[in-house]
Amino acid sequence: MTTPGTTAVPGMTGMTAQVLRSEWTKIKSVRSTVWTLGVAVVVTVGVGALISGLSAREYKNLSVESKIKFDPTFTSFAGMGLGQLALIVFGVLVVSNEYSTGMIRTSLAAVPQRGLFLFSKITVATALAFAVGMATSFAAFFTGQAMLGEHSVALGDPGVPRAVVGGGLYMTLITVFSMGVATMLRSPLLALGILMPFFFLVSAILGNVPATKKVGQYLPDQAGQKVMQVVTAGNDAPYGPWAGLGIMVLWVLAALAGAYAVLLRRDA
Amino acid sequence: MAGGRRRPYRGGMIELEGLTKRYGDVLAVDQLTFTVRPGVVTGFLGPNGAGKSTTMRMMLGLDHPTSGSVRIDGRHYRQLRDPLRTVGALLDAKAVHGGRSAYHHLLCLAQSNGIPRSRVGEVLDLVGLAPVARKRTKGFSMGMGQRLGIAAALLGEPRIVMFDEPVNGLDPEGIHWIRTLMKNLAGQGRTVFVSSHLMSEMALTADHLVVIGQGRLLADTGMADFIRENSRSTVRMVSPEYERLREVLHGAGIDAAPDGRGGLEVTGEDAAHLGELAARHRLTLHELSPRQASLEEAFMRLTATAVEYHAHQDRPAADASAGGGWGAGWDARGSRGSQERKEPRR
Repeated sequence: MTTPGTTAVPGMTGMTAQVLRSEWTKIKSVRSTVWTLGVAVVVTVGVGALISGLSAREYKNLSVESKIKFDPTFTSFAGMGLGQLALIVFGVLVVSNEYSTGMIRTSLAAVPQRGLFLFSKITVATALAFAVGMATSFAAFFTGQAMLGEHSVALGDPGVPRAVVGGGLYMTLITVFSMGVATMLRSPLLALGILMPFFFLVSAILGNVPATKKVGQYLPDQAGQKVMQVVTAGNDAPYGPWAGLGIMVLWVLAALAGAYAVLLRRDA
Repeated sequence: MAGGRRRPYRGGMIELEGLTKRYGDVLAVDQLTFTVRPGVVTGFLGPNGAGKSTTMRMMLGLDHPTSGSVRIDGRHYRQLRDPLRTVGALLDAKAVHGGRSAYHHLLCLAQSNGIPRSRVGEVLDLVGLAPVARKRTKGFSMGMGQRLGIAAALLGEPRIVMFDEPVNGLDPEGIHWIRTLMKNLAGQGRTVFVSSHLMSEMALTADHLVVIGQGRLLADTGMADFIRENSRSTVRMVSPEYERLREVLHGAGIDAAPDGRGGLEVTGEDAAHLGELAARHRLTLHELSPRQASLEEAFMRLTATAVEYHAHQDRPAADASAGGGWGAGWDARGSRGSQERKEPRR
């Protein structure tokens, strides 16, 4: 039996365009999008400016070694550790809200091609996180440098463009990683309960305590943050800045693969 | 549909073939085979926990069957392009993001299936939610939520609509509205498949009836047939002179069947008339009791059978293949149900 000729059957491209449009409507029609992304910008730029200002004042009291290690670029990104938490909330809510509200059944009845559904949702949220992340990174850099005054660097200085672009990419990747984990866990509380303390505390501890540093430096955020550093004195990581971001990308791909496998297999 | 538009609907057949869903040791849906046809309202009836919602989720490709299949005009749900244009379903009215407005909820569904934006306004008008279209659905009442779910189901002008317990939590006006809507949709040639755990509700809306209990098919029959089979009145007569009573009834041209408990069951005769007949022949009666089986009772007996049947797992499963779950069920039950016995349509 054939379908009635209501419309021309769209190809895969047509379907993808439809689902992307639909996910864009979804993401912009809930308030949590605006406030999570808003908090991410304000906290990252604000805390970065604050720390930069304090550093500028304390600079003269620093030891010679600390002065050598002082990284003006990375200092202006000091708010990212906190700001990334808001991006994690954004990533988790984009996915988990489907599950906690039961909307997932409505969504998958509308788009039964689950791979297409997941791909579209993550693409739209990633694009948004990329735009916000880049803007935030540049804003944090310029505000931070302004606060650093005579100790500041310019965007054109060696390694700085890489660090600032890398900051935007880092924020994007942390969001995608959260979406992958949230898809596997479904529950927003569970996903946030694992991701927030992990990225705020556990990872930082593992990455700085000598005993666990060897392993800790391969965690997604520890590896990814290397891209934002310009002054590498005292950095003994066995990989460069881009390789660090590459390690983070591998984590993200693993989370996405897990999310895809779980979504395909599971009953909605 | 909104403006009384009519389109010829071709297809709209839903075919279940040995559909089975197992959760660990529990068989939620057990070898369901039936066909849902266009142009009529098909009631999907079963007690709570019978497997209705699981079956409907499998029809929409949300849950994976353990075995068996569902085909919509010969295709799996996942093979449908823009499925909302073929099947519209209301499974759970609460399954919406409370922070999104009714308008945006419908808009994102419409966009995902290439349905024009104008259609969103149309369905909002149709279900009477236009005045609150921009409000977040968090504040919606149960009835408003149900209407939003129905709006979503009708969005793609599908030739198949499925509603899971649509009258739950609705006020009488809302219930009436949904009944009329379903009849109209069927009248337009669409396939309407609606679940309920209330026989009385089905009797008012459904033209065809599929009954399940414990995940098994118990009946697949026309509503008219079901009523004819199940709502007849009987009179139970018990007399110490059993044989003479039989002769007297036979002589009067009245059919009587042993009820298996020492009495006779007479169908379609007035109790008063039977009493007078007995008196004229100086017959002692110990019991003369008229009995009116309601549809609800018929349904209860039907599903109780499934429960009882399941309680006797030692009986070899000679059921599904050998002539249907509920024929076998009635045998297990003894002759009490002999009047209602009916082979399921295959």
